[in-house]
Amino acid sequence: MSDFIIMSRLILFVLTIGFSLSMIIIIKNAKKGKKPFIRKINGLEAIDEAVGRATEMGRPVHFSPGIASLSEEQAAQSLAGLSVLGYVAKLTAKYDTTLITTIRIPEMLPIAEEVVKQSYVTEGKPDAYNPNNIRFLSNEQFAYAAGCLGIMTREKVATNIMMGAFWAESLIFAEGGFAAGSIQVAGTANYHQIPFFIAACDYTLIGEELFAAGAYLSEDPLLLGSIAVQDIGKALAIILIAIGSITTQFEWTVITDFISKYSAL
Amino acid sequence: MRREVPIIVTLIAGLLFLLDYFIKIPLISGIVGEFETWAIVISAFALGLGAANLFRIHLQKAIKKSEGWYNSVLLLVSMVVMAISGIGWTQTNSIYSYMFDNIFVPINGTMFALLAFYLASASYRAFRVRTPEATVLLVSAVIVMVGNAPVGRLIWEGFPGYSSWIMSVFNSAGMRGIIIGASLGAIVTSLRIIFGIDRSYFGGQ
Repeated sequence: MSDFIIMSRLILFVLTIGFSLSMIIIIKNAKKGKKPFIRKINGLEAIDEAVGRATEMGRPVHFSPGIASLSEEQAAQSLAGLSVLGYVAKLTAKYDTTLITTIRIPEMLPIAEEVVKQSYVTEGKPDAYNPNNIRFLSNEQFAYAAGCLGIMTREKVATNIMMGAFWAESLIFAEGGFAAGSIQVAGTANYHQIPFFIAACDYTLIGEELFAAGAYLSEDPLLLGSIAVQDIGKALAIILIAIGSITTQFEWTVITDFISKYSAL
Repeated sequence: MRREVPIIVTLIAGLLFLLDYFIKIPLISGIVGEFETWAIVISAFALGLGAANLFRIHLQKAIKKSEGWYNSVLLLVSMVVMAISGIGWTQTNSIYSYMFDNIFVPINGTMFALLAFYLASASYRAFRVRTPEATVLLVSAVIVMVGNAPVGRLIWEGFPGYSSWIMSVFNSAGMRGIIIGASLGAIVTSLRIIFGIDRSYFGGQ
């Protein structure tokens, strides 16, 4: 068995299968019309208001899907950011507002173009789609940050939306947006950057809220159903934390040793 | 076909990468290794696409003499000179090295250094005592900062202890909660994409 399965990842393997099966069951229920309850996320509710403000002011909206590539651990954040981009693009298409999307990762460029273009087509305004507003700036972190700052300042963006994985440039963006007078909505799962966004932005999506964003905004029962799987995972985490706390208190390490041995990355 | 092909490719690639992470099968490891090589080639082509996008947008701006057109000209000239010197005579040639070491590196460093000023202005706004939450934030931040500075111990010996207590108890607890939630979110998002439930990455068709 150990020749076949990597034993140090056994628990992760079982959990992945468990999550997949739970997702299939929950989605089957969602297809039958059972809509799961999702709490209100203020940051996402604010996107409509933020785009509306840009429309009223006649100034553009800036969107950044973060700086993570699609071939690294943080790729899920970039994809979550693209889900929000689709929604924002639909709003800007509807209100005839300019949407400037800045890109750092080259392979994200054609995807972002497709997402925005499709949103304009869905809203019945394919002619309003301007490929010049999807801009690759640089694959260098700070050159990209400088480019974004320049766009925010020169083009006087009224709304700055940042959804994805951000590192040291997060505060540069957020303060640049603040200086340009933008209303700012940010979301990231990079926990070390969340305090900067909270300090400098009007609304911040914290961690898991970013991953729920696409489903929340689409209101698709299938996507919303999948979020319920996160709650199952959280319940499991709470149980494990409780067991770990109690057993550690009594210096009984059998369970924690088992988890350490079979859940190494 | 436009809709089905990306979903099938994503499903096959996703399942293969998942299997390779958990199970030792030489055939699957070989295929995954091959996919990783393809990813590097695709990224290289995408970089060319990105450069073309940048060139096109700024060339149009320069030709139309849009507002700030001179910035676009400067960017185009810099881009062409760096590309020709780097690709034409490799990145070790003196012209490329000179520009990289004396222009690019200092500018990059300056951008990073600007963070200190942004940090100060963002902290000023966040720490203004307007709400009970902001007050808690201010008090904790002052204790942590003073506790970590050498002068903190000179003012009062208790500062470093309280500073590490805030960091290891409150901060760690909050941080771990966020990490657990975010990790679960990333797993579920990945599964949604692998199974083709979430199609937002190609326009949500």
